Amino acid sequence: MSAASAPRSGWDSPLRRGLLLFAAMFVIVVVVGLVQGTASILLILTQATGFALIALGLNIQWGYGGLFNFAIMGFLMVGGASTVFLSYPVNMAFWESDGPMMLGRALAAFIVGVALVMLARRVDRIGIRGKWRAAVVALAWFAAYIIYRTQIDPAAAYIESTAGFVGGLGLHPVLGWLFGGLVSAVIAFYIGRISLGLRTDYLAIATIGISEILRALIKNMDWLTRGTMTVSPMPWPTPLPQHLQAAGMSIPDSFMYARLMFLGVAVLILVIAFVLVQRAYGGPWGRMMRAIRDNHISAASMGKDVTGRQLELFVFGSILMGIGGAILATFTQIFDPSGYQPINHTFMIWVMVIVGGAGNNWGVVLGAFLIYIVWVISDPLAQLIFLNLSQLTSSIGWGAIPEIDSRALQMRVFVLGVVITIALRYAPRGLIPEVVKRG
Amino acid sequence: MDELIFFINRVLISGTVLGSIYALGAIGITLIFGILRFAHFAHGDMMTMGAFIAFVLATALAAMGIILPLPMAFVVLPVAMVLTAILALGIDKGFYAPLRARGAKPVTLLIASIGVTLMIQGLIRLIFGSGTKSIYVAGESKDIFRFDMSWAGGSRPINITEPQLIMFVLTALIVVALHLFLTRSRLGKAMRAMADNADLAQVSGINTALVVRVTWVIAGSLACVAGTMLALDVALMPDLAFNIVLPIFAAAIVGGLGHAYGAIVGGFLIAFAETLAVFNWTAVLRPLNAVLPEGMALPANLALVPTEYKLTVAFVILVITLLVRPTGIFKGAST
Repeated sequence: MSAASAPRSGWDSPLRRGLLLFAAMFVIVVVVGLVQGTASILLILTQATGFALIALGLNIQWGYGGLFNFAIMGFLMVGGASTVFLSYPVNMAFWESDGPMMLGRALAAFIVGVALVMLARRVDRIGIRGKWRAAVVALAWFAAYIIYRTQIDPAAAYIESTAGFVGGLGLHPVLGWLFGGLVSAVIAFYIGRISLGLRTDYLAIATIGISEILRALIKNMDWLTRGTMTVSPMPWPTPLPQHLQAAGMSIPDSFMYARLMFLGVAVLILVIAFVLVQRAYGGPWGRMMRAIRDNHISAASMGKDVTGRQLELFVFGSILMGIGGAILATFTQIFDPSGYQPINHTFMIWVMVIVGGAGNNWGVVLGAFLIYIVWVISDPLAQLIFLNLSQLTSSIGWGAIPEIDSRALQMRVFVLGVVITIALRYAPRGLIPEVVKRG
Repeated sequence: MDELIFFINRVLISGTVLGSIYALGAIGITLIFGILRFAHFAHGDMMTMGAFIAFVLATALAAMGIILPLPMAFVVLPVAMVLTAILALGIDKGFYAPLRARGAKPVTLLIASIGVTLMIQGLIRLIFGSGTKSIYVAGESKDIFRFDMSWAGGSRPINITEPQLIMFVLTALIVVALHLFLTRSRLGKAMRAMADNADLAQVSGINTALVVRVTWVIAGSLACVAGTMLALDVALMPDLAFNIVLPIFAAAIVGGLGHAYGAIVGGFLIAFAETLAVFNWTAVLRPLNAVLPEGMALPANLALVPTEYKLTVAFVILVITLLVRPTGIFKGAST
């Protein structure tokens, strides 16, 4: 807003403000590192790097394009499941059984179903129009669904009872991350095609619905993802702590160095993504996107393909989300579909982007690290407060507070809510707001 | 006959129960959208909050040694409704009104409601722990009425629980009362006018601030009823209603956002679609096995959708509605 006013100083200068905030964050990281230990802060930083990548993805969608996306959790799960499929060791029990054959038939049934629907959509060529065409298409969808179910149900039951699940392809985890981005892109393309025409609040509900559908699918397709039985251990692109220990390193050191190496890879990917996203923002492409965001009607009248560009943004953002989700799943070494919650995996990313400053990549990265650290340290802090309170209440005869552990964990959710509320009220444009250049 | 009884038990009764809860929740969401023009995401947690208030009141009453023939949570419901309505007003004043005063976009309010969701959930878990509780205090139990159907040739009874029966009656009463309020009272007409065109309503001398307050009172108290009923029917837990806020939104959108009757119809529509989709049709069609030729017997499970995917049914309906008729069945508010 005030960006157009000529000389800026102190807190108002975006550069100085950004530097100060990043310095403050650095201090927080150092303090947490001193209190909790180096291995612990490396764990937090690596996960925060993953979340920063995801937040950059949301920044492309919301900050650049004003597209509301509540399906982040769905894309993280897709990324995780994809990297499981590509990088988990090969499950020979599956490949030697009748499983591949049966899955092949299910795939054939799927293709038949798609063909059926495609044909039904073109019945207007033989003179069936209007309501009758709609009825035929609906019937074709139903028939395709039945055909697919008759093939996939026995295949799924067979695989689950014999080999457990499909297993992976045993490829390098980094390939798995890229594959996660690719699968997310494909899914985002179809989601975008269906829902991007909707108004913002409808889009919010529709995307959160889609993310729940994705979660239900990944959670219940036991033959592909092992569902609630979880997949572990996932291979790392860098040596695991166990490998370092085998090479003669002490246990604390091995965790530190292994995490440090993983952090290096993750930061490298974040830097590459950041440079690309930042350059895109400054270029003509980014300018066009901001034009569409701020006034899509005038942008359309200038000849910009609004729907096509928005679809582009949605897909690009989702690629980063898929890669981020894959990195997080690889780092924790376990893919657990029931561990994904809208609060931790959708709303927290939104808080990161809003608090950091939608539209400003530096702000979003800062927000991601800051919010993730706040999220993690709220738990021990709350425990500390509760323990002291508990001493107080027991000393005045009210008895100790029960279940401090599980209650303190919930403090994180409350703190997240307070942070977003304060941000919306007092800094609606974020800590490092988008710099609007005029003239 | 047994097949029909099975159908009634499994589809008719549970569908109506679910439909009542969805409808009561969706009315609140749709009214808030109609008056304030934003998707109030924290509505599910308002339901949970109402249920927990009823729980606290019931526990307090039971601790005083009062024993009544009805479930305690139901007896304290009016008080809980008032308290939830007051809290709803407070939430609006504290979190939404300042943003509205600044002229924030509906999206900002939507994000603010996410913040409220997180705070309510965090607080409830902080105070009550994250485990499942029973809202039946002091040794009450869920009474089950069994209607003997032997007069019609059925060997099994129709089962209905006490809270379910109470819920049917209460939902019917609330719907009638809401209808009378919206069509007969001055305030109700003012609400409809404001939902139709807020600026025009204000120019015509309608007290819009009062309408906003009434909206929150209605939405809050209905959320309390829905939450308590859900807790009576299932169990009391911190994420009680968070899990069903999406089908409720689906119900409100299918019925047409901003349209109170649409929300009721949408609620029942979504509930029955969910129940019918996971219903195992073999149980009803089993007599056909005698007629069908050899080798064509019905499979053991003939549900359209596996039970795990029950919630997705609502979203599929939602997506189809948004694509085919975005304004919903009853042409809801379009801006």
